[in-house]
Amino acid sequence: MKLVLESLKKAAIPAVVAAATTLGLSAPAMAEWSPKKPVELIIMAGAGGGADQIARLLQGLIETKKLSPRPIIPINKAGGSGAEALRYIQDKKGDDHTILVTLNSFYTTPVIQKGIGVDVSNFTPIGRMAVDNFLLWVNSEMTDITDLDSYVAAVKAAGTGWKVGGTGTGQEDSILTAMMEKEFGYDVTYIPFPGGGTVAKNLVGKHIDSTVNNPAEQSEFFRAGNTKPLVQFTAERLPAYPDVPTANELGVNMEYYMQRSINGPPGMSAEAQEWYINLFEQLFNSEEWQKFCVEDGLACDTYLSGDALGQYHQDQIALHKELIESVGASAITGE
Amino acid sequence: MTVRTAEICMAILLALCSIALMFKSAELKIGWVPERGPGSGAWPFWLSAGMLLTCLATIYRWFKGVTPESKNLEPFMTKDTILVVGVSAGSILFLLAATHFVGIYIALFFFLLFYLRFIGHHSWLLTIVMVIVVPIIVFCLFEWALKIPLPKAITEEWFYPIYDLMYSY
Amino acid sequence: MEEILIHLGGGLAQAMEPLNFTMIILGCMLGLLIGAMPGLGSVNGVAILLPITFLVPPTAAIIFLAAIYYGAMYGGAISSITLGIPGASTAVATVFDGRPLAQAGHADRALTAAAVASFIGGTISVVLFTLFAPPLAAFALRFGPAEEFALMLLAFATFIGLGGDDIPKTVFSILIGLVLATVGLDIISGQPRLIFGDIDGFLHGINFLVLAIGIYGIGEMLWTLETTQGKVTVHKVKMSVSQMKRNLGDVKQYIGTTSLGSVLGYFVGTLPAAGATPASLMSYGLAKTFSKDPESFGKGNIAGVAAPEAANNAASTGSMLPMITLGIPGSPTTAILLGGMIIWGLRPGPLLFTENPEFVWGLIGSLYIANLATVIINIAFIPLFVKVLTCPFTILAPIIYILCVVGGYAPTQTMHDVWLMLLFGIVGYLLRKLNYPVAPAVLAIVLGPLAERSLRQSLLSSQGELSIFVTRPISATCIVIALALVFYPVYKKFSNKRAADMPAASG
Repeated sequence: MKLVLESLKKAAIPAVVAAATTLGLSAPAMAEWSPKKPVELIIMAGAGGGADQIARLLQGLIETKKLSPRPIIPINKAGGSGAEALRYIQDKKGDDHTILVTLNSFYTTPVIQKGIGVDVSNFTPIGRMAVDNFLLWVNSEMTDITDLDSYVAAVKAAGTGWKVGGTGTGQEDSILTAMMEKEFGYDVTYIPFPGGGTVAKNLVGKHIDSTVNNPAEQSEFFRAGNTKPLVQFTAERLPAYPDVPTANELGVNMEYYMQRSINGPPGMSAEAQEWYINLFEQLFNSEEWQKFCVEDGLACDTYLSGDALGQYHQDQIALHKELIESVGASAITGE
Repeated sequence: MTVRTAEICMAILLALCSIALMFKSAELKIGWVPERGPGSGAWPFWLSAGMLLTCLATIYRWFKGVTPESKNLEPFMTKDTILVVGVSAGSILFLLAATHFVGIYIALFFFLLFYLRFIGHHSWLLTIVMVIVVPIIVFCLFEWALKIPLPKAITEEWFYPIYDLMYSY
Repeated sequence: MEEILIHLGGGLAQAMEPLNFTMIILGCMLGLLIGAMPGLGSVNGVAILLPITFLVPPTAAIIFLAAIYYGAMYGGAISSITLGIPGASTAVATVFDGRPLAQAGHADRALTAAAVASFIGGTISVVLFTLFAPPLAAFALRFGPAEEFALMLLAFATFIGLGGDDIPKTVFSILIGLVLATVGLDIISGQPRLIFGDIDGFLHGINFLVLAIGIYGIGEMLWTLETTQGKVTVHKVKMSVSQMKRNLGDVKQYIGTTSLGSVLGYFVGTLPAAGATPASLMSYGLAKTFSKDPESFGKGNIAGVAAPEAANNAASTGSMLPMITLGIPGSPTTAILLGGMIIWGLRPGPLLFTENPEFVWGLIGSLYIANLATVIINIAFIPLFVKVLTCPFTILAPIIYILCVVGGYAPTQTMHDVWLMLLFGIVGYLLRKLNYPVAPAVLAIVLGPLAERSLRQSLLSSQGELSIFVTRPISATCIVIALALVFYPVYKKFSNKRAADMPAASG
């Protein structure tokens, strides 16, 4: 913003500066297209979850920084693990005023719920804002479980009596749980709860035995000494958890991430896509966003946008299809 | 139609609905999944079965003539009732249908015009004030203050100048 | 104890700072207004104003949002009483007696009772919050799925007496509410259920508000039209200072039930996942069960307005506890508040109390002030709310219809829900004509999902063993109380009958 202002000052047209700052139009490339009505920011999850927080933070930043001439309005469409949101976006073909903030159900829901008839590879990729990580957690009172080996031994001893909590069948953590079941050859009972916070509470209250959770949902209980992480499913150790080994280090080839990205409906005009890519790039590079990423344990190193994000989506869709096929959709739904 | 006839018709209709719901639930697992408890269709299935039983009880009580409704031979809806309730329900139906085509604001205009002038028999002055003021209040409250975009259908582009005015502070 | 008082003093002082105090007053008024509109609730207010709070310090921001939340709890009663449409699920029980009172021309009495009861509920709960937050947070942790299910049984048991006298029809109403609640995604199996005709709108399930606004908004209006045959009905209400005093004096009639309801509401509110709706229903049910005159409930008993209002306010304060200490939202509104805290860089969790005492105690202090401010603002506005009822019916009716349509659209922003609402309204009206009670269906759609989910979670963790509900002490206790509540009315009837028979026998 500052840079832009300086370049405009060189042009020495104060009136333009005033107009540009109030309207928030900041680069020449963007002057061609800008929203003509309020933009709907569809959230494919319920109020209060991770995607919801991100959407509302972005909305707030856009508003306080005056980056858009029209407001961005977050709308939750959580129905059917995001199926409702995906169909809604699909039906908005060619609309320049609707965008979607995703989690991994963006990839998994069309695979698991075959009937919904949505192909997300047609959606218009805008920008990837963050990547979230997963760790395996147990209650810290389980003193005989100290690492992955003792965990696997304990689970095997308990059989299906071992209770793993999660945020819902078909969600990221249920896929990771199914991956672990296949890898280590055990069977656990997966119990879904509404939201990661509730899972964490049930772990602390010992109503479940373990969970695969994002750092953000467990960090406070970890700091309070209620829960402990055993292994992280990342390529490298997270800065916040330097003492926790990754699965790869232990010789188990298991990595899993969750992306948070912004996408438009199929057939969004190139000018609009360009405008949104720039808008979210400004947000991505903002101090507030980077601070939020650090606090929330998200990885926000590179901003993927446009075709690069499209390619990333293609890879992820292929990966999720393979994952779901290899563990079997029934291993995830349990019925 | 008497209340007595209406009672049995409604009970049969609800019983049929219950059966339909049972079939719909049976598309999912309705049995007991070992070590997991009831399947995902079990809860709606057995509840619908319960609905069917209560409808059968109502039908049985109708034959026995136990309920006051089964003995009531007064008309279920008088002509006046059908008129006054039907016109109201119909006007809401119109409001919703029109919203799909011309957006809520135009629909509101005609709905209020009809209701105030032709049902309420209010003066033209009051009618005209209301048909103009109410949509404006709805717009200011929902779109502007609460940021809830309402459906506008084909009138979408009419609002672009208004947005220009609203947001170019 | 001394430490608590010092913290509390600090919190109160913080709440009285000019910025924070302005936030409280503004928040309460906004909340009251938003809460009074059918279909809109604190969740709308909080979500819209969240971005604005980036401009002020976190403590001022949470105080503002909490004040909106608080104000909306008071406001919910206003549309329940004046229009007969519950603005939020927490205000359903308020309709049962509030609406008959308003129709009998006592809207001002009902509104005053709602405000005073809310104040009592708010005060008792915030005192309990101040004194017993940490032990209760520890207790809340012991509440697993089995305990939640037992609590739901308890909630169902308390409103057993709410139905009409036709038992099959009452049971039908409960069951259809429970079935409608299962529409949408089943989180246990991850499969969509009862998606009629593969219509997208059913994927998000049937929102409670769609049924409540349909039945109480549109259905009730059609019913009123029929009974008055479209003739203009004007509720004459005279407001005067002496009348106001008399209304406030009513407090003697319901102080007992509200105090009980407040304590109950607070405890239920602190349990994650339960929230204010079951609390208000349980409070209403208890007030009726233990009343000397249970027959008058549902026909305009002032205690029937006061009991649920006290409990829902108490529960909303209570639900702040799991939010702060466990990071678990008890309602959509607290979910957004929680998101707000995270955005501001405050991590809710067991350490928040010790690491950010200023924030927590500022919030607690503001609850005291907000409570007092809202009751004063609310009572001052009662004459205005009552004025609404003097509007000619043919002007009021279309406005209510418009509020219903827009209110039905707002939560999910789909026309599908508005059509569904109209359908429920018409069917509800026809069913009501045939003496089917509609209230049980509305309550069932709120409690149904909680009951089913906790039941299935419990059975998953016990691997299908039903004994889990009786071998766990808290859950067993709840079930015993639930059974006692079901059989208490039977026992009372029986013993009354014997008492009535006795003199006859001896004479």
